[in-house]
Amino acid sequence: MKSTVPAESGEVLKPPLTESGILGWIKHNLFNGYFNSILTILILLVAWQLIPPFIRWTFIDSVWNTTGEACREIKGACWSIVPANLRLVIFGFYPADQQWRPLLAMIMLVGLLLYSKNRKHWKKRLLYFWLLGLFSMGMLMGGGYFGLVPVESAKWSGLPLTLMLSFFGMVAAYPLGVVLALGRRSKLMGIRSLCVVYIEMIRGVPLISLLFMSSIMFPLFLPKELNFDKILRAQAAIILFTAAYIAEVVRGGLQAIDKGQYEAAESIGLNYFQSMRLIILPQALKIVIPPSVGILISAFKDTSLVVIIALYDLLNTSKSVLANPEWMGGSTEIYIFVALIYFVFCYLMSSYSRRLEVELEYKTD
Amino acid sequence: MITDTQKESPALPEDVIIRIASMHKWYGDFHVLKDINLDVKKGERIVICGPSGSGKSTMIRCINRLEEHQKGIIEVNGIELTNDLKNIEKVRAEVGMVFQHFNLFPHLTILENLTLGPIWVRKTPKKIAEEEAMHYLEIVHIPEQAQKYPGQISGGQQQRVAIARSLCMKPEIMLFDEPTSALDPEMIKEVLDVMIELAEGGMTMLVVSHEMGFAKTVAHRVVFMDFGEIVETNEPFAFFDNPQHERTQLFLSQIL
Repeated sequence: MKSTVPAESGEVLKPPLTESGILGWIKHNLFNGYFNSILTILILLVAWQLIPPFIRWTFIDSVWNTTGEACREIKGACWSIVPANLRLVIFGFYPADQQWRPLLAMIMLVGLLLYSKNRKHWKKRLLYFWLLGLFSMGMLMGGGYFGLVPVESAKWSGLPLTLMLSFFGMVAAYPLGVVLALGRRSKLMGIRSLCVVYIEMIRGVPLISLLFMSSIMFPLFLPKELNFDKILRAQAAIILFTAAYIAEVVRGGLQAIDKGQYEAAESIGLNYFQSMRLIILPQALKIVIPPSVGILISAFKDTSLVVIIALYDLLNTSKSVLANPEWMGGSTEIYIFVALIYFVFCYLMSSYSRRLEVELEYKTD
Repeated sequence: MITDTQKESPALPEDVIIRIASMHKWYGDFHVLKDINLDVKKGERIVICGPSGSGKSTMIRCINRLEEHQKGIIEVNGIELTNDLKNIEKVRAEVGMVFQHFNLFPHLTILENLTLGPIWVRKTPKKIAEEEAMHYLEIVHIPEQAQKYPGQISGGQQQRVAIARSLCMKPEIMLFDEPTSALDPEMIKEVLDVMIELAEGGMTMLVVSHEMGFAKTVAHRVVFMDFGEIVETNEPFAFFDNPQHERTQLFLSQIL
């Protein structure tokens, strides 16, 4: 058979100049049609109005290391508020000479999280690392042993408190949410209605009201001697709240699993718990990684609501900086700084979830 | 020890392994299975055919209680199927099932798919389970795929893995629910060949299938179902060449 490929197929034809290179890209992406051309010009105009002043305010007219007095003279940002109050923002009211302890605890937590990122490390040993790590973090924060001065939990504040509330919130809420999701799909009427009532009730009230209840109403019902720690009560409220949302997401994942998977698991004789643990949940939880990380991220940010029950988390310690007359005018700067801290943690979570999704993708070729 | 069920049921011939007697099933008000009576002997191979919606899949799914029957008796290997979970699990471990859509576990390798049942249900040590799994992969002619994932192999290979997965539990009985109807034509033969080899090994098999060649080659009996009833049961050649019932004749004229 004769080949249909042209004889001079070795010759490479280049696309017309207007279709490639920078000019081609601009034409294709920014000015393809009247409407898009007008939009492009409008956006450029707005950007021209906003970005240069912002850069001037942030970098050129700003001061970085002065007293609060000096800030009143200048037009730019007063970043001095951050270094001058860093200790208060990060550690809150933890005794100044003991602040290495929460610092070390945070480093341990972040270190353990980074170590756990690698799926090759997901072995039994990791569990012991975590138990040991959590135990020593608790020791460091609370003290009272090994010559560490005891620090009551009322003084725990700032970034360690935010990390603690959100980390334990997520870690405890996730399994609880999974159990609730399974319960809501149970064939047993009692269990199912219990889970439905729980989930719908919690989702029907704002987190703030749960926090109020846990901090103000709950102690009224308990005898005086049985007074749980305030942080612990807030922590419980956050866990119970987040779990209800996780439960609904996980339920969606369970419903997405083909009925054939349940039947295949049953037909080889696996019992309910085995088939859930080995077959259904690994697949369902993988599907719901994106929405569950969404919930975990919003749970992380929602911990800032503990402000209203007078816990001093990262946001509240920053606010307390502004109560100092010397720094009263620096609210924009300090809030931008706090926003950056929140952003870094949220971004790490979402980028890790994306990586995990890619790693767990089933191989098809 | 004599259990109540054994006392009540009439003396069974020694070699009957599945007994279905006056079994009925409803979906809501819809009467799917009507008065099903079928005894299967040990080592017997039965092909079940019939138009779609005739209840043939539902019937074999009742045998390992993926579906529940509401009336009558199903006894597998001397164990009566009731709501007792213990009994259901016992029966399921003895009855292998192969599905139309394979239903392999996509997040596990082929080898892990095979060893899951033996390790978790039979409590076989992992190493022995893996050796046995490799043995069964050789029986279905794909030992070289052991470390791959289900998504990486063809439909015919997946179905053979599904057969091997059931065999790993060393079942007494194998149920096949339209094992070749989701396959491309060129893959049907490789699966049927494995099933024929299995039949030659003496396995008790109930196969829902329209593969008439297969029925003629291996079946002892062909069961024809329509509208939830067993219409006709006969030896394969008599069944195809000389169908007794009008509905059977109509059905055969449509598919042959």
